[in-house]
Amino acid sequence: MNEIIKVESFSEKVVKLVVKAPRIARSRKPGHFIILRIDEQGERIPLTIAGADEKSGTITLVAQKVGVTSTRLCEMKPGEQIMDLVGPLGKATHIEKVGTVLACGGGVGVAPLLPIVEGFKKAGNRVVTILAARSKDLIILEDEIRQWSDEVIIMTDDGSYGRKGLVTAGAEEVIKREKVDECIAIGPAVMMKFTSLLTKKYEIPTQASLNAIMVDGTGMCGACRVTVGGQTHFTCVDGPEFDAHKIDFDELMLRLGGYKEEEREAFERYLQTVNV
Amino acid sequence: MQEYLKQQREQAWRVELRGKIKNKERGEIPRVKMPEMNPMERVCYQNREVNLGLTVEQAVKEAQRCMDCVNPTCIEGCPVSINIPKFVKNIERGEFIEAAKTLKETSALPAVCGRVCPQEKQCEANCFYTLKLKKDPVAIGYLERFAADYERESGQMTVPETAPKNGIKVAAIGSGPASLAFAGDMIKLGYDVTVFEALHEIGGVLKYGIPEFRLPNKIVDVELANLEKMGVRFERNFIVGRTASFDDLKEEGYKAFFVASGAGLPRFMNIPGENYNGILSSNEYLTRVNLMNASNQDFDTPVLRGKNVAVIGGGNTAMDSVRTAKRLGADRAMIIYRRSREEMPARVEEIHHAEEEGIEFINLTNPVEYYADEKGRVCRMRVQRMELGEPDASGRRRPVVIEGSEYEIPVDVVVVAVGVSPNPLVPSELPQLKVSRWGTIEVDAEIMQSSMPELFAGGDIVRGGATVILAMGDGRRAAAGMHKYLQEN
Ligand SMILES: Cc1cc2nc3c(=O)[nH]c(=O)nc-3n(C[C@H](O)[C@H](O)[C@H](O)COP(=O)(O)OP(=O)(O)OC[C@H]3O[C@@H](n4cnc5c(N)ncnc54)[C@H](O)[C@@H]3O)c2cc1C
Ligand SMILES: Cc1cc2nc3c(=O)[nH]c(=O)nc-3n(C[C@H](O)[C@H](O)[C@H](O)COP(=O)(O)OP(=O)(O)OC[C@H]3O[C@@H](n4cnc5c(N)ncnc54)[C@H](O)[C@@H]3O)c2cc1C
Ligand code: SF4
Ligand code: FES
Repeated sequence: MNEIIKVESFSEKVVKLVVKAPRIARSRKPGHFIILRIDEQGERIPLTIAGADEKSGTITLVAQKVGVTSTRLCEMKPGEQIMDLVGPLGKATHIEKVGTVLACGGGVGVAPLLPIVEGFKKAGNRVVTILAARSKDLIILEDEIRQWSDEVIIMTDDGSYGRKGLVTAGAEEVIKREKVDECIAIGPAVMMKFTSLLTKKYEIPTQASLNAIMVDGTGMCGACRVTVGGQTHFTCVDGPEFDAHKIDFDELMLRLGGYKEEEREAFERYLQTVNV
Repeated sequence: MQEYLKQQREQAWRVELRGKIKNKERGEIPRVKMPEMNPMERVCYQNREVNLGLTVEQAVKEAQRCMDCVNPTCIEGCPVSINIPKFVKNIERGEFIEAAKTLKETSALPAVCGRVCPQEKQCEANCFYTLKLKKDPVAIGYLERFAADYERESGQMTVPETAPKNGIKVAAIGSGPASLAFAGDMIKLGYDVTVFEALHEIGGVLKYGIPEFRLPNKIVDVELANLEKMGVRFERNFIVGRTASFDDLKEEGYKAFFVASGAGLPRFMNIPGENYNGILSSNEYLTRVNLMNASNQDFDTPVLRGKNVAVIGGGNTAMDSVRTAKRLGADRAMIIYRRSREEMPARVEEIHHAEEEGIEFINLTNPVEYYADEKGRVCRMRVQRMELGEPDASGRRRPVVIEGSEYEIPVDVVVVAVGVSPNPLVPSELPQLKVSRWGTIEVDAEIMQSSMPELFAGGDIVRGGATVILAMGDGRRAAAGMHKYLQEN
């Protein structure tokens, strides 16, 4: 059992949760994630560890409502318990001093980006971060990101905040303006795909963190298969970060839709139970 | 050992029992038939056990077939050398609890082994009836299950006595049969035992892999409750090497470790199209259904229900998957296996049950490519026919491709059950640990000690994919080995 200590809404759809998990708070590194199951009936879903406080023995999760489990999680209250929570999972981000790092975060992908931005800054890099979302209310963690970035560029699809345009427009501007040594992209698969195509053009090494569908998160099931450089890898143990220029993003996008019908039905059932 | 068996055989009650019925008469009793649920009915339920178990009368009659041989060759067939005639004769004389106790002298989980051991390759293959009389062997597996179930259902299951606590902390990593057997022995010796499990359920493959229709969870749960009563602690959602490192655990006072992390990594065939939606490993398929209850609408985890389901492979995992598919409503549930039925590694009884349930066997056939619809969901597979050539290193005849024999089968779900690899989590955290080319942990076969003196290992992480009884045997040997090691150091 893991108690929820604090809940904070970033927007209607995005919620920050601080959860008791002392062992994980101590052993996690940037790039790691956890898998949780809310209760006996729940499914196991992966979420990145956005931050941790060893002293209070807590970790921070940022979740976006997309289906049954994420919605239920976002509606939990402080004091409530998450039945199962396991981690830290995945390989930690490889962080070293490279020079200038361009960090691109899309939507809720900004949450996993935060500890990585912090890591690169602490390692002595110049960090330029681009935060992108559909509209102003979906831009999250701006202050926290600013704390660890030399410069922050905000892009919204509708121009309601920062500049109007896609993440790639902001990224290309930076790349044209100064030498970028490494790029990190975390967000929806399409966003990572186009960011990767852009940096490939400029030959900038790029890491993307993949959000494949998972079950166990320990390499046991293969639900999280992705093709990288023509070879099948398991995102949960070999990733979640991979060399973006080698990732088959089209396959990833197809696989993310693998249970769409089942998920949609489950969500409709869930909405009914909430309404009555 | 031989002496002990002889001495037991000469006990008055055994001598008397042998005199009661002539061997000729014993030999004429036909082997009992296991009562089972009707195939057409049972395929409607994911969670109804197929085998219903012997009645008291059936069990006693079957036990009478056993001739209490001077040289009980069956014991040699049992990987843990259960005193088979002793427990069978106890059934014959109606001492069912005694029979269960005899089983427990050697086996930690007789109710499980009676259900899942490949008896036709072990004890029953070495029964006097099989070897000399060329008749059906004594149904040792059924009798084992009978005695263990009888004890459990009688409510007379005793919690074994434990030695006074010695305060020494030891850890078992993984909670499959190897760890459970290890924990049972160590707690009896007085150790402070914690079992760490990565998943949210205890039991390893017994819970997430083997389905309810073959091994009901409640049978495993009774054993777990017993271990808990004896003082074993279970830590779920705890990955040793991740949640805490071996060094962390040493700092917390753990003096020795038993690694039984299993062979949980699914293999794929690496053929074109294998990553399309609808193609999944047997581990994923069975985990969704068994561990996550995906076939029940009240649970959130989804599972794909196909009309035409192909399962690739011929082992227990393949049989469990294909029979699950049938229960989830497949019209066509098919086994695609590259050798012939004789080479199938699955338990004979499971193959037989699968046939009764209307599973289609497409043997001597191998997939070569998958095709998908515009949404990326698998819709067809291309297969090729095979024939058996010369025997390979394993002694089985090697399948050889028949050129020009390719054809297509429509499918909407494919389950790949072509084997598993050792779980790399523990070895990858311990660079100094000696592992084989295949990633299994190398140990001394007698005491199960690895290249790191305080670390013992057993079960599938040492053997690759093996069996429940072998894993259990390893757990018990490791417990003895670790006890000796801790006494001396
Ligand atoms: C390593 C990793 C780290 C992640 N970190 C975070 C995080 O920090 N915050 C966060 O909000 N989410 C994160 N995700 C995504 C998160 O796991 C999914 O949003 C969640 O599983 C959806 O579950 P659900 O039951 O709410 O929705 P479902 O009912 O399962 O799905 C609803 C919709 O979401 C889509 N979907 C399903 N699974 C995923 C997925 N894994 N990623 C993206 N879309 C999906 C489906 O196609 C469907 O359209 C991460 C995923 C991975 C693999
Ligand atoms: C579907 C299926 C059907 C089978 N049918 C039969 C059968 O009929 N008869 C038979 O004899 N055998 C059968 N087997 C094989 C048998 O189940 C295995 O040989 C046996 O379970 C191995 O036991 P084990 O204790 O080594 O490990 P497992 O049962 O594999 O358990 C290992 C456990 O360790 C956990 N783990 C791994 N790493 C860590 C870590 N770092 N920290 C914490 N926990 C960890 C895993 O999550 C897992 O739960 C079957 C196997 C499968 C998959
Ligand atoms: S444990 Fe297995 S091999 Fe040994 S007697 Fe029982 S069924 Fe036979
Ligand atoms: S989630 Fe099961 S192998 Fe990655």
